[in-house]
Amino acid sequence: MKKFSMTYYDSSSPVHPFVEELQALKVYRGLVVQFVTRAIKTRYKRSILGVVWTMLNPLLTMVVLTVVFSQLFRIQIENFPVYVLSGQLIWIFFSTTTSAAMGEMLWSGELIKRIYVPKSIFAVAAIGTGLVNFLLSLLPLILIALVLGVQLSPVVLSWILVIFLLSIFSLGLGLLLSTATVYFADMLPVYNVLLTIWLYVTPIIYPLEIVPQQWHWLFRINPVYYFVEAFRAPILTGTIPGWDIWLPATTFALITFLIGGFVFTSKSSEYAYRL
Amino acid sequence: MNHTASQEKTSAIFVDSVSVQYRVPHEQLSGIKEYAIRWLQNRLQYKKFWALKDVSLDIRQGELFGIIGRNGAGKSTLLKVMARVIKPTLGRVVMIGRTAPLLELGAGFHPELTGRENIFLNGALLGLPQKAINNSFDEIAAFSEIDEFIDAPLRTYSAGMVARLGFAVATSARPDIMLVDEVLSVGDAQFQEKCLARMISFREQGTTIVLVSHSMDRVSNFCHRAIWLEGGEVAAQGEAPEVVQQYIQTA
Repeated sequence: MKKFSMTYYDSSSPVHPFVEELQALKVYRGLVVQFVTRAIKTRYKRSILGVVWTMLNPLLTMVVLTVVFSQLFRIQIENFPVYVLSGQLIWIFFSTTTSAAMGEMLWSGELIKRIYVPKSIFAVAAIGTGLVNFLLSLLPLILIALVLGVQLSPVVLSWILVIFLLSIFSLGLGLLLSTATVYFADMLPVYNVLLTIWLYVTPIIYPLEIVPQQWHWLFRINPVYYFVEAFRAPILTGTIPGWDIWLPATTFALITFLIGGFVFTSKSSEYAYRL
Repeated sequence: MNHTASQEKTSAIFVDSVSVQYRVPHEQLSGIKEYAIRWLQNRLQYKKFWALKDVSLDIRQGELFGIIGRNGAGKSTLLKVMARVIKPTLGRVVMIGRTAPLLELGAGFHPELTGRENIFLNGALLGLPQKAINNSFDEIAAFSEIDEFIDAPLRTYSAGMVARLGFAVATSARPDIMLVDEVLSVGDAQFQEKCLARMISFREQGTTIVLVSHSMDRVSNFCHRAIWLEGGEVAAQGEAPEVVQQYIQTA
């Protein structure tokens, strides 16, 4: 079996395109770094407040929601600001990386028609950019938690695994969406509508308790719910959730990643023709 | 397909019965709704045309190979297939060695980034390691004669400057195979000479060069063998001067 390298190319290679793509990504890892730094730079070049906005945006939403739920609905949840903020970080990561993966794919059509690059590089770079922004916005979360007197226990280290699973889940979905967007240009606005609905069926901005029990099956079929729960528990209650959370989270992540990877790569030789 | 291992040793590029089919939709269907309606009505019609039809080539290591033909004859498509930009619809392409595509110089350049940043971006787009670009950075800057503009955004560059920078990055390390598509027509005469000199020196060190050109003089003087494409098909193939001669007689 001939490995992917910069010095040999066979258009009828017997190696599955998914495997080839992984090998190509390794060779082009420098380009991923380039794309990520470019995305971060252009985002933060525009305003001095750039970095601050990344942190401020979820913070402001959190303040509004806390006021709404505690004052208007008179619902008392311990450390509700931490509850909202932690859910939001997961949601922002998930929604921005998957939309960015599609968007980048669409805007890179001219590039793909002119030069060879591993096509999944745009989705991978979107995940990389999301990770940098995510790390930045962890600061306000930890800060708020400390201000509210939440005890940070070492179990927050399980976040590494949560973020890893969420990343491969988002990458898989991002690749599926990218494939769809090559064939249907208006996939992007359609997905944005879906995201709005999706946000409301995920317990992020409202407490889980206000949802009647007969609707809880909606959460159980929602992959993002498990990532939110796995991320929230360590900081909110200082615990690591059980297998009822980890097992579905891992399964959803792996299956989505594999399906996304296989669908995307088996169609990727058509993209230069279609975009 | 009798592609044996012994052939691979001397071959640099192996093109076996390659055909490329483009599909052009009759109407531009961009929306899902439109697409679904047409699909239900079974009215999705495409105009299919073959940009390349059954093209076979065996280009040997260190060879200078010319591709000639009229506009739309499939020359650029053939180069794109070799550069793995598009996968052949039928047939097989094998490239043995590191390939430097000089199809559209500066493809992937970003207008808002500086010349310096673009050198790194373009190098990464060509799959060159960061370290290699770092090492050859000064050499790239010197060859492209960008001088004090190196830290200015690329949108302030002239077309010639962009082409020079693109050529300098793509050839910063000697490739095993170079695919050259009319790029020399962009710069001024002096720069064209410089590029040509670099290509010749690479060739002497064993680089295989495929050249698409409208300049018949260049092809017949410069290339060993050539192919003449007509409507996606091979009209003639052989010694460069002879192929050029045949082409000129019909033109």
